[in-house]
Order: sequence, then structure tokens, then C-alpha cells
Amino acid sequence: MAPKTMFEKIWDAHVVYEEPGKPTLIYVDLHLTHEVTSPQAFEGLRLAGRRVRRPDLTIATVDHAIPTWSRDLPVTDPIAATQLATLAANAREFGITFYDIRSPHQGIVHVIGPQLGYTQPGKVIVCGDSHTSTHGAFGAFALGIGTSEVEHVLATQTLPMMKPKTMEVRVEGTLPPGVTAKDIILGIIGRIGTAGGTGYVIEYTGEAIRSLSMEGRMTVCNMSIEAGARAGMIAPDETTFAYLRGRPHAPQGADFEKAVAAWRTLPSDPGAVYDRTVVIRADELEPYVTWGTNPGMVAPISGRVPQLDEFEPGPDRQSAERALEYMGLKPGTPIREIPIDRVFIGSCTNSRIEDLRAAAAIVRGHKVNPKVRAMVVPGSTGVKLQAEAEGLDQIFLDAGFEWREAGCSMCLGMNPDILAPGERCASTSNRNFEGRQGKGGRTHLVSPQMAAAAALAGHFVDVRELTKER
Amino acid sequence: MEPLRVVTGIVAPLNRPNVDTDQIVPKQFLKRIERTGYGPAAFYDWRYLEDGSDNPEFVLNKPAYRGASILVTGKNFGCGSSREHAPWALLEYGFRVIIAPSFADIFNNNCLQNGILTITLPEEQVQELIRLAEEQPGMKLTVDLEQQEIRGDGIQIPFEVDEFKRFRLLNGLDDIGLTLQHEDAIAAYEQRRPEYLTYGK
Ligand code: SF4
Repeated sequence: MAPKTMFEKIWDAHVVYEEPGKPTLIYVDLHLTHEVTSPQAFEGLRLAGRRVRRPDLTIATVDHAIPTWSRDLPVTDPIAATQLATLAANAREFGITFYDIRSPHQGIVHVIGPQLGYTQPGKVIVCGDSHTSTHGAFGAFALGIGTSEVEHVLATQTLPMMKPKTMEVRVEGTLPPGVTAKDIILGIIGRIGTAGGTGYVIEYTGEAIRSLSMEGRMTVCNMSIEAGARAGMIAPDETTFAYLRGRPHAPQGADFEKAVAAWRTLPSDPGAVYDRTVVIRADELEPYVTWGTNPGMVAPISGRVPQLDEFEPGPDRQSAERALEYMGLKPGTPIREIPIDRVFIGSCTNSRIEDLRAAAAIVRGHKVNPKVRAMVVPGSTGVKLQAEAEGLDQIFLDAGFEWREAGCSMCLGMNPDILAPGERCASTSNRNFEGRQGKGGRTHLVSPQMAAAAALAGHFVDVRELTKER
Repeated sequence: MEPLRVVTGIVAPLNRPNVDTDQIVPKQFLKRIERTGYGPAAFYDWRYLEDGSDNPEFVLNKPAYRGASILVTGKNFGCGSSREHAPWALLEYGFRVIIAPSFADIFNNNCLQNGILTITLPEEQVQELIRLAEEQPGMKLTVDLEQQEIRGDGIQIPFEVDEFKRFRLLNGLDDIGLTLQHEDAIAAYEQRRPEYLTYGK
């Protein structure tokens, strides 16, 4: 048999129906839903008199619009409250497991799926959210879909899809100290651009990827969509299996061993052919900071805000010019000299326990710069409880950070956590689009370590020097 | 979903690459639980001034482009989030056809689900259309999906479109209905689904 990529194996194992020239019907193993992209889908089902085909493969939680202040306070935004109540009612009506705002399992969908063991190698996973690519870190084919597709999956447990192409992004060699998973993916997007992955499923390979923890792998896969890719994935290995063992919704006992045996057959065969391959050397990567209004506009911490003549005349230069104007930055400014007003540590990209540990290690025993308002928003209630058990909350609080309840929060500012116009934020999230964190707000994407260090200094600093000094 | 065969209408130029879905519909409008009511939210931050009045600088606010049904824009249009609110807003604004050098994948799918035709043309051709629409505000074009052709004064541009996408748009067919014709195949798959995918609850 011809060697196959991991993506092709998963695709082939999920073909329900195919006909030449038409999209293939693919079976879905896990469907995650949340309050923002599902109400219209459930409404559509109701109008058509349809039921949810597999409520047992569907779970729901609230994350996008909820406040992250104390859970004892009511949700004061009436429209957000309606959305939450609507999801609760839909989950009840259609028999779907629902982790509501007070559940210990509540959290950002892309954090709780893995944490609870729902996310597993070989699965096809969908969610009405573009960062569903996160789950690909386990060797799953996980993709974001729109609301009509959510309705389609609810009704049929399948999704019609044209087969995407495959791209290998190989990160060779070992990662230098101070360079994190976030920097790998920012480095990749900086090279291939925000549309570089359009039409592709990216498989990340190479030594630097293999050496990442599951948390790090999730950070990389999470931002595949920022490179335009349909999905990102990483082959499952011992790290993956160790992470999943014992999680409540992972296979248990003898089933776990049987599952591991099957999962071992998933990685791409030697000699499998990708439609495109990009090779990046880990030792060329540095801690990165975005300077513009899309995640491809990125510079190393040692670098400067680019000059306009570094861009081809035409749309790219215009777009850089607009970005600099929006961001209030002068070409040539050293990245380190950019002062910041806010720091946000959170989002499905970087709000897992390991991210919080890494940030706390920088913060411990220091104070947030008095000009800066900084907050930590754990990705799930589970992460929050674990961090508190480890005393991380105290480290952040002592330094002057706010310590919040779990949710998406200032990643997209649908809840009350937003930037004021002109405020500049070092953020561990994934999008620096105009207005993403609040109208007129200016977002710089960085790793948790870089965000923590910036909070203390009041401007960007090179974490590599910080760790040397201490 | 409305069938789409031939659209004749005013062409609105939006000469920017990488217009993301946060720009098409900012998040504060995502809290509604309906599919409708997003038209006034389209391009919100660009379109209105602080006091809520129309921003005269924003190109789509120019009187000549009012009522446009064809949008011509830059590459990677619709990148960012999966929010279907973006095509809902564009549709309600009046757009049935969007022409660009490239589109983000999820956005492209979402357009198809809502009867919006996305047409990919080479960058030079798109720039030419943008230039014409800017120089002759209010210019009309006919987009003929049956003939796969864009026509106008001295303009005749053929375009490629996936055969199945064309079939669905021409007939206004809903995906769920089409898929449910294969319900037997779904049930059969559920019988042969690999066992390891069914462990765990
Ligand atoms: S944390 Fe941000 S990117 Fe992630 S799901 Fe929430 S809003 Fe989307």
C-alpha cells in the first residue's frame, strides 16, 4: 500500500459517502458547542423538526461571552445572559451534556476538551469556532466550522467536505532557551503569512515539535488558523498517551491499552508525500512580538518595527502602513522600547497550567509596573483550581495581577474585559486584528513569559536576558 | 436559501487585503440569538463615526455605492473567526456576490451556506475591477452563474467555479436536506466505525 500521511489515514477512516466531483461526507466523532455560534443552529433544527443525531457525541459549555469576575455575581449584560440561558435550554431540550458557568468542568472549549479527555488521537472534531485546530495537537483532524455547518453536524453527525491538501511544517533542531511554542507558531506565520496555509491541513513535524509538551503542541496547533490552514496536527506519541491516561472521558483500563495500540498506527508513514513542505530551523527562532494588525506582522524581540520600504509596493505596503497607523508605531522603533498599558495572560492559545506556571516563574517576587494593568484569566475552572492548589494565584496577586475566573475574556472582548481606545496590550491570545480587544485597542501577541516580563517592565523585554540576569 | 442565477447590480470596491471577520462584524453584535439583524453591523467600526452617524470617508458610504450587490475586494477576504454572522451581515447589507483574489476557507464555506457567490479571480483582474468601480462610481456589472461570466460595459470575464457549488447556488439547495438523502450510509458507517473511536464516554 502506498504510504499515507496521518491526515489521509484519519480522513479515510471517516468517509461515510463519496461521489466523484462532490464533497465527501465525513463522520464527526466529537462536536463541541458554545453559546455564541450555536443558538441559530438549534433554532434551525427546531424549525425543521429535526433532532440531534448523536447527543452522546456532543458537548456544550459557556466561554465566549461570560464575565470573568466572581461567579457569585449575576451576568449583568442582558443579551449575554439570554445567550447563556438559550444554550442551557437547548442542551436540556436536545439531551446534550452541558458544563454551565458554575460547573467545575466549565472552560474555554479548546481547553476543556483535552483536559477532560474528550480530545483523542484519530478523531474528527468540530466546533463552531476557528481555533478548534487546537485539538489537532493530539493527532486528531479538528476544524472550525460556521453555524450552518454546526446545524448540519447536529442533524447528521457528518460534514460534507472537499478534501484539503496537506502541508508539512518541519521544525528541525532544538529550541533555544527562552523560545516557546508560541514563538514557533508566530515564527511560522511570520514566514508563510496569514494565508500561507489556506486550503491545507498542516502537520507539524521535526525534533523541536516532538520535544514540546501537550500544552505547547496545543499552542502551536491553535494558531494554525492564523496561517489560514483548515487544521493543524501533530502525530500522537508517548507524550500524548501519558497526557490522556486517566482523564475522565478518555478510554479506561483495558480499553486504554487497545486505544493506544490503534493510536500508534496513526502517524504518517515513512515516505508519505505532502503537497507542500516548509522547513524551519529551530535555532533561528527568537521570542516574537507582533507589531501590526494581523498575526503575520511579527518581529523578533531583538528587532525593530519595520520600515515601509521593506514591503512590496501595492496591497502589502498599504496594509503595513494602515497597521502602523492603527498601532500608533513609528517605523524603526526598537521592539523593546514599545511601552505597554495592559497585559492579558489567557485565551485558548496560552491559558493552560503550563502557561501559567511559566508566567508565574517570571513574576515570582516582582511587582507589576505601576503604569500597567495586568490580568490572568485561566482557560478553565479546572486550570484555575489547579493553579490555586499550586499557589500560582498568590504569586500573581502579590505582584499586582488580577486573578480571574475562566473564560475567553479579553481575547475577544465580548465580555466586559476590553481595552480602551489607544490602550496598548501585551497579550498571549491569537489575534491582533483592529478592534479585537476593544475598539481602538492595540494588541501585541507574545508568549506567556514575554507577557509576564512586559508586565513587570512596562515595555517589552527579552526574556532570554531576564533569565540570564537572575 | 435563495437560488442565485444572474445578479446585476452596483459594484462596490473595498481595496484592502486581509479584511478579517472582526472587521466585517465586530464581536459586540455576536450576542444575538437570531440569524437576522446584522446588516447595520456590517463593517461597523469603519462605517460609523463615534456619534453613530455615517463616516463619509468610508468608501461604501459614498452615495453612488448605496444598494451595491457586488463587492470587489483584496486578497484573503474573510480571514479570522468562523462567525457566520459575517456572511449574514454582508447578505443583509445587500451583497450576493464577492469577488477577490482569495478567500479564507471557513468564510468561503459560510458564504456558500447562505447563497453568497464568492468568485476568485487573479489579482490583476480584481485590481482592474476595483479601479473601474472607483473611477466610475455606481458602475453596474452582471454576474451570470449559469454562463460563468462577468459582463459589463466593455467587460467580459469568464470565471471558474466548483461544479457542485454552482449546482447548489443555482438551485438554492440546503446541505442538510442533501445529506439526509444518505441517511442509510450514515447508519451503515455507524456500524463499521473503528472501535477505538468509540471507547471512553
Ligand atoms: S479564547 Fe479567544 S480565540 Fe479562543 S475560543 Fe475564546 S475567543 Fe476564541
